[in-house]
Amino acid sequence: MKLFQQFGLLLFCIALLIFTAMLGIGTVELTESNISVEDSYHQSEILKIAAQEGLLNSPKSGIAFITQYNRVISKASDALAEKAKTGLPDGVQIWDYTIADWRAKNYVATAVTQGSSGPVKENPLLFLFLTFGLAIIGGLLFILPKFNEAEGIKNNGIYQDSLTRGMGLSMRYIYLLGTIIAVIVYGFFKLQDFFWPLVTVILGLVISYFVFFRQHSKDNNPQRSASPVHTGWLGVIAGTYMLGFYILLYWAPAYINNWITMVNPVSEMLSGNPASQWFLYGLMYTCIVIVMGVRMLTKYQHNTYQKVRTASVMFFQTAFAFLIPEILVRLNKPWYDFKNFWPLDYDFFYKYNIDELTSSGSLGLFMLIWGIIAIIIGIPLMTYFMGKRWYCSWVCGCGGLAETLGDPWRQLSDKSMRAWKYERFIIHGVLAFAIVMTLMVLYYYFTGNSSILGLNIEGVKSWYGFFIGAGFSGVVGTGFYPLMGNRMWCRFGCPLAAYLGLIQKFKSRFRITTNGGQCISCGNCSTYCEMGIDVRSYAQKGQDIVRSSCVGCGVCSAVCPRGVLRLENASGDIAERTDFLRTIHITEDEIKILS
Amino acid sequence: MHIVIIGNGISGTTAARWSRKLSDHKITIISSESKHFYSRTALMYIYMGHMRYEDTKPYEDWFWKKNRIDLIHDHVDSIDFDKQNLKLSHNGSLHYDKLVLALGSKSNLFGWPGQDLDGVGGLYHLQDLEYMESYSTGLKRAVIVGGGLIGIEMAEMFHSRSIPVTMLVREDSYWSNVLPQEESAMINDHINKHHIDLRLGVNLEEIVGDSSGKAKSVIVKETGEEIACGFVGLTAGVSPNVRWLKNTELEIGRGIKVNNHLESNIPNVYAVGDCAELTHPRPGRRGVEAIWYTGRMMGETAAYNICGKPVSYNPGLWFNSAKFFDIEYQVYGEVPTNMPEYMSTLFWKHADNEKSIRINYHTETKAVLGFNLLGVRYRHEVCEKWILDKVHIETVLQHLGLANFDPEFYKEYETELITLYNSQTGSNLTLNTKRGLSKVLAFLSK
Repeated sequence: MKLFQQFGLLLFCIALLIFTAMLGIGTVELTESNISVEDSYHQSEILKIAAQEGLLNSPKSGIAFITQYNRVISKASDALAEKAKTGLPDGVQIWDYTIADWRAKNYVATAVTQGSSGPVKENPLLFLFLTFGLAIIGGLLFILPKFNEAEGIKNNGIYQDSLTRGMGLSMRYIYLLGTIIAVIVYGFFKLQDFFWPLVTVILGLVISYFVFFRQHSKDNNPQRSASPVHTGWLGVIAGTYMLGFYILLYWAPAYINNWITMVNPVSEMLSGNPASQWFLYGLMYTCIVIVMGVRMLTKYQHNTYQKVRTASVMFFQTAFAFLIPEILVRLNKPWYDFKNFWPLDYDFFYKYNIDELTSSGSLGLFMLIWGIIAIIIGIPLMTYFMGKRWYCSWVCGCGGLAETLGDPWRQLSDKSMRAWKYERFIIHGVLAFAIVMTLMVLYYYFTGNSSILGLNIEGVKSWYGFFIGAGFSGVVGTGFYPLMGNRMWCRFGCPLAAYLGLIQKFKSRFRITTNGGQCISCGNCSTYCEMGIDVRSYAQKGQDIVRSSCVGCGVCSAVCPRGVLRLENASGDIAERTDFLRTIHITEDEIKILS
Repeated sequence: MHIVIIGNGISGTTAARWSRKLSDHKITIISSESKHFYSRTALMYIYMGHMRYEDTKPYEDWFWKKNRIDLIHDHVDSIDFDKQNLKLSHNGSLHYDKLVLALGSKSNLFGWPGQDLDGVGGLYHLQDLEYMESYSTGLKRAVIVGGGLIGIEMAEMFHSRSIPVTMLVREDSYWSNVLPQEESAMINDHINKHHIDLRLGVNLEEIVGDSSGKAKSVIVKETGEEIACGFVGLTAGVSPNVRWLKNTELEIGRGIKVNNHLESNIPNVYAVGDCAELTHPRPGRRGVEAIWYTGRMMGETAAYNICGKPVSYNPGLWFNSAKFFDIEYQVYGEVPTNMPEYMSTLFWKHADNEKSIRINYHTETKAVLGFNLLGVRYRHEVCEKWILDKVHIETVLQHLGLANFDPEFYKEYETELITLYNSQTGSNLTLNTKRGLSKVLAFLSK
């Protein structure tokens, strides 16, 4: 059995190696026939400069090509700007005549897609097998034998393993701050916008001021925050790899053209369209949720709640997030994920989306109404009955990845009071940002004014998409799994989780009950809470747990060695869910009688 | 007023916390084991890699300063009860107005030959854990002497690192002085299932050392067999850590003798937790009860008494819990190993041999007396209320769903239990209340 597993691990490593090496495979060539740009004056200028620079008809590796082609386009744009001084063609504006950044990006992307050649392009299915195929087979070979192990809690050695141990505190500060600063600085250059990055930095400082000084957290060093003395370097490497993957996926997809090419046949089969980076991501995401979902099933063979819940996230990811949208596209309907709701789905109210839905017949209209009804009625009602868990740990795609791929790192969430303070400011801040941004977008939709109170609505949208949509939920949200736990995004950033959380906190039948005085304060519950809730602090008081962040994954209840915690719903006592303390066994009445 | 507490386990810490809740007195906790309170029950999880030491601390380190509880990480060498003064190893002396002794326990040693060799240790303190750790690398086999809760924990710890374990248990079945025969047999099977070499009905003759003074094997008394090993765990129970106070005016029996207000024979001196021995324990209870929950209740009670609100120690209905490898154990009320005359029992066991439910009741009055559970979770408050209210066994069975505390979607065994009862007694009961919190809330508020 051991041999099987080692072989599986080997296959997985080979797959990962090939996957990574693919970034450097093959060549890209720019020719007169494959250059595909929108305007003839762009085309002639680019071709001229490309010929001068020796890029034309000269195959190059992907990375070299992209670098050089970017330079060519930039020079072409400068040359066009120079020409413009002597007069523009009829009816052409200067901003169309030169080559704007977003156009340059499209040009590069198209050139890479059209001009690439090499083994991947010739044999996409072979490479799909060597990466996805081997990784899945290897993963399953590693995981399936675990069905033979004795049932029970399987957390042995987690804090002795370099992959799952987490980072030392100072290392963590460096990594976290470094990533945030890098993302903001990159955003400044990428969006050529100084205002929103600056606002973000100021808000970050204001929040820190509140947490550290107004809420007296300065001296409360977070010793209990899941940081070991010795950093687990395998985890850091894994995290860095994932960070890198997300950066390429979101911000430099031209470099991962080979990966996209490889999944082309699958995309053609499903939707009839060539793959985009988002199809690649969706396919990968689904495969990972399924394979790591099987792992979760082996780990919790004894726990029906975990099994049903894991099956649920596997199903919703495969059917709702992946297959149904692709099939919709095949049927010439809008790509739509029926379980992804605003404000997590932040562009739901964008003009292009509303226009697309309203122009797609009755199904499109149904999609629009479904999304709106869910926000106003569906979500509050479901959350009233069973807490936010119905969504966050049963249905949601982000939650699905966190509960499957992220499970080995759930113990790394920060349990300190300070982290909780940050959490409340940041997640509700993101919710407010999402609401304000959406109101502005709707204002634009109904009035057609592109600015409000001097703020450019496009600028707000861009910054939200960049900083929250890509930076927070993707790069940090998933890239930080092996570094700071699997629910960074869900806990600190997700505006939908914030909304669900407010309902759970104030008007829900859900709570985690504690079983009388049976708690021994061991701390397994707190350690394995992915949301960083200090479950033990409630359990040892015998107090029911009602926290807006709780996603109801049920792992605290599973790992409790004394049978203390149970996820429950009841309507009778919603206002007093947490009043009763079960471990206090002396009442004031008793004292009067005795003294 | 200065309240000084010696010992920062659950008893001492609870005494300090409640003293702070009830008063504004100066409070100091002294401990030589660790600077901060950690959960002793979680020691095994540190070794097994489930948690780090930091994770076992129930309160963040700033908690103590915020609550104005001073911590001194030092050893108390002696106590001058007349002058109300403590002599510390490194920090001079300390005056107290009220003293709480929360000294905990020490592992039992029965004078076995070789018990002082290197590579022989118990499991009680943080230092014991470090000691185990230092012998674990390359360890070929560990022998554990004693078949109690700590013994099986230690077995699980070594097992988690794939270190072969032999357990020498004096009794004929695991923990049979506490568990009824059927449950005890289930645990025997479960221990064997984890490939622990469980030896029942045997005693330790001696521990053999090598030339460097390190344990290399043990000899079994009954068979004379020599078992080679690199570590010997001595886990034959614990007893109050009071030997160092034996020659003082403090009255000591097995532990520090205290009355129902947890006061010792010396004014202003209290004792709580493992080290305390009640002179008049409640009927059916023991004078020394070295468990987590009684320690916590004693700490709370002592704080009330110290802070001028005299209250008698009342641990309430007996309850306890444990976990044997993967099988959870809960007990509420009376569950003796040998059924007394007046007691009947309803015992159900799952076919997988890892779940069982036992309900004891009075043969004559049919009032429920106790619950014993393996692999199934029951609700503390519901069981307690049934027992205190002397509810008829048949009423309990019909509403058994109220007690069910297993996670959602778990199979419910209430009807199987009722079917068993019906077949044994010829009754015709059915399940009237299935599990669910709303019904429980209504029941408890009645």
